[in-house]
Amino acid sequence: MADEKKKMLTPVQQEYQELAKRHEPPRPLVRNFTRAFLVGGVICLIGQALQEMFIRYFNFTEKTAGNPTVAVLILLSALLTGLGLYDRIAQWAGAGTSVPVTGFANSIASAAIDHRSEGFVLGVGGNMFRLAGSVIMFGVASAFVIGLIKTLIKMGG
Amino acid sequence: MRQGYQSWVFSTKPVIAAAAAIGGPFEAQGPLAEDFDTLHGHLMIGQDSWEKAERVLLEEACDKAIEKASLTKEQIQFMLAGDLMNQSISANFSARTLAIPFLGIFGACSTSMEGLAMAAQLVDSQAADYVLAATSSHNAAAEKQYRYPTEYGSQKPPTAQWTVTGAGAAVVAHQGSGPRIQSATIGRIVDMGMSDPFNMGAAMAPAALATLEAHFRDLQLPHDHYDLVVTGDLGKVGHSILSELLPKHNVHIPLERYVDCGMLIYGDNPKVWSGGSGCGCCATVTYGHLLRRMTAGEWKRMLVVATGALLSPISYQQGESIPCIAHAVAIEAEQL
Repeated sequence: MADEKKKMLTPVQQEYQELAKRHEPPRPLVRNFTRAFLVGGVICLIGQALQEMFIRYFNFTEKTAGNPTVAVLILLSALLTGLGLYDRIAQWAGAGTSVPVTGFANSIASAAIDHRSEGFVLGVGGNMFRLAGSVIMFGVASAFVIGLIKTLIKMGG
Repeated sequence: MRQGYQSWVFSTKPVIAAAAAIGGPFEAQGPLAEDFDTLHGHLMIGQDSWEKAERVLLEEACDKAIEKASLTKEQIQFMLAGDLMNQSISANFSARTLAIPFLGIFGACSTSMEGLAMAAQLVDSQAADYVLAATSSHNAAAEKQYRYPTEYGSQKPPTAQWTVTGAGAAVVAHQGSGPRIQSATIGRIVDMGMSDPFNMGAAMAPAALATLEAHFRDLQLPHDHYDLVVTGDLGKVGHSILSELLPKHNVHIPLERYVDCGMLIYGDNPKVWSGGSGCGCCATVTYGHLLRRMTAGEWKRMLVVATGALLSPISYQQGESIPCIAHAVAIEAEQL
């Protein structure tokens, strides 16, 4: 795709883009990866601790403890979003905060907050899945395909 | 009067009778805080939405400029204003409040100088005695419309820029005291095929170059004519690109006299990545900081080149590149 686009550029444009590229400060990749690894790991650690807590003190099994664990993480993420802290943590942590379920919750809560001024129905309701909608859509679609493959393999075996 | 291909020289030298700059809480922490007329402590400015807050900023800037010019709004014959919001709601709704005959303009972040050039032209051609040129931007309102929700956690690259929360307005008059508008150059759209909305400085730098080349060619001025050449919101990235492009294209502006509003407004704050941007960036820095220093006698001639990236979230999602524009206005101190 990128190469295809490049071909449509005139030589002057290509020359300029090369010049502009040289002036672009490089993304601090090592720092970004390290932070993402650490923060993502810490979020998962918190999730693990929550799961252990639900199993030990609230009589959940390993299978059923997943739901309350995710619910608590979502609640925490939405709360931090509402308090205006999540986006600041995310600028520091990068992918570390967007990959886990907390990032998903943040995308929904932040869109809902932003569009509150347009009312509950068209504003909050209509926009809260603006970013998360594609995750849900492609998540469901790929789950369907994977499920189909699994069923077919089982039938064959 | 037109001179060359795309420049106007104003023989009556219209006067900037007064100018005002209003800023938000983040601008209040910047190095130029002293040069704003009013600074607000909260992004909401007592309103219930970002969009309404931006409108209040713009209205305040207009009111303040009219007041500082010792005029009433009935004496202002035309208002030229624009902003970044869809359908220019900030400008349109402010014009509703002010009830001045109104022409809406859109030049993205170049709106400030687009308005000032047109205001000077109206006054110079005796179509008006007093014209108000104004523009505004609001960080959260712009983020919401152009990028992601304001509280969404996404990491921005070092080429990104911070939209200024602020508004600037200037009253251009046919006579009186104040800095004078000498000439203006209207830019052409330049598109170098850049498509990254998080690197607008690099997209806009060639447009600034094209306008500068045209300005010096049309007016046949020596390249060191101005004591200060200032671009609107190229940021650190765009500033360094333009600094390389200028000598390459034989525009020998002394580089120590070239600054960028997007770099001035927040200083070296790493929180804003490459620098400030938005309609309010060039407007507040020019109408607040630069005009004040000109009045204080620090420089006699300056050329303000406001740069605009004319993209929309839809054009970007459809894979289009970013067309850019720049308009230049030459301002002289009252006493040369």
